[in-house]
Amino acid sequence: MNTAEQYLKAIYLVQQVENGPAATGRLADSLDVSPASANEMIGKLEDRGLADHEKYKGVTLTDEGIERARDSLQTYCIIERFLVEVLGVEEFRTEASQLESVIDETVAERLDTIIDRESQCPDCFAPDEDVCALLDADGGAAD
Amino acid sequence: MSVSQPVASDHQLARLLQIGMVLEEVVEARAHQHYRSVSADLDTEIEALLEHAAEESADHRDRLAALIDDLDAERIPFEQIAPLVADHYDRDRDTDGVLYDQLCNEETAYKFYDDLIAAIEASSATFGIDREQLVATLSAIREEEADGAEEVTRLMEARE
Repeated sequence: MNTAEQYLKAIYLVQQVENGPAATGRLADSLDVSPASANEMIGKLEDRGLADHEKYKGVTLTDEGIERARDSLQTYCIIERFLVEVLGVEEFRTEASQLESVIDETVAERLDTIIDRESQCPDCFAPDEDVCALLDADGGAAD
Repeated sequence: MSVSQPVASDHQLARLLQIGMVLEEVVEARAHQHYRSVSADLDTEIEALLEHAAEESADHRDRLAALIDDLDAERIPFEQIAPLVADHYDRDRDTDGVLYDQLCNEETAYKFYDDLIAAIEASSATFGIDREQLVATLSAIREEEADGAEEVTRLMEARE
């Protein structure tokens, strides 16, 4: 997942939590980057038709941006679930965020062939907890 | 969540090598499953391809395991992954499907090693294993994946 895809995913999740546009400061915090870096990338996403930015309000994804963000979120869900179900990693949230920039969507699709992921993914992702609400982190998939 | 330097420690490197090991094991186990599910329809060329894919993945797994050992991390045993592949394997597949899946395997593995090598080369971290040897090993595996993808493509084109 490249940097732009990580931003799209972060905007999508902040928008869900805020139920409105994602404020640049909030977005920068969630990605652990400077507001200047966030602004620069938001500009690039706007140029590519993936996001709209309104001064003093924040950034909103376009329909295409939402589609791309959901694909990225799904890739992230696969990484988290793989770490829990297959490798039994306790600190899976931290490790998933470290690994997401190296794990491509096609690689995640292969990892997806050996995990149990629900059909409604990524709608079951809980942004506040940074994890799929249906994932039993102690023992794999929840019933 | 962070847009961070991807490979910053031995721990992260070992985790990525473990993922590589699992990918190889998935390829090997799926090749066995393909062989079992469509063996009656297989011609000698596809049979040889699947056999070679399984052998090559086992070899890649061994090379990754050696790197993981040097990092004092745990290997992911094939015996752990093979049943997961079997549990999730879709048996409704013909020989064209087998070749396509094999092409996906080779291309996915190539992409994984390519991204991993780039992430290592972009990192300024000092690892517990020799960086040149690490990149040389991963690069050699990546080239074999590229050759494998070429071979499957050639076979698919010949059957059109």
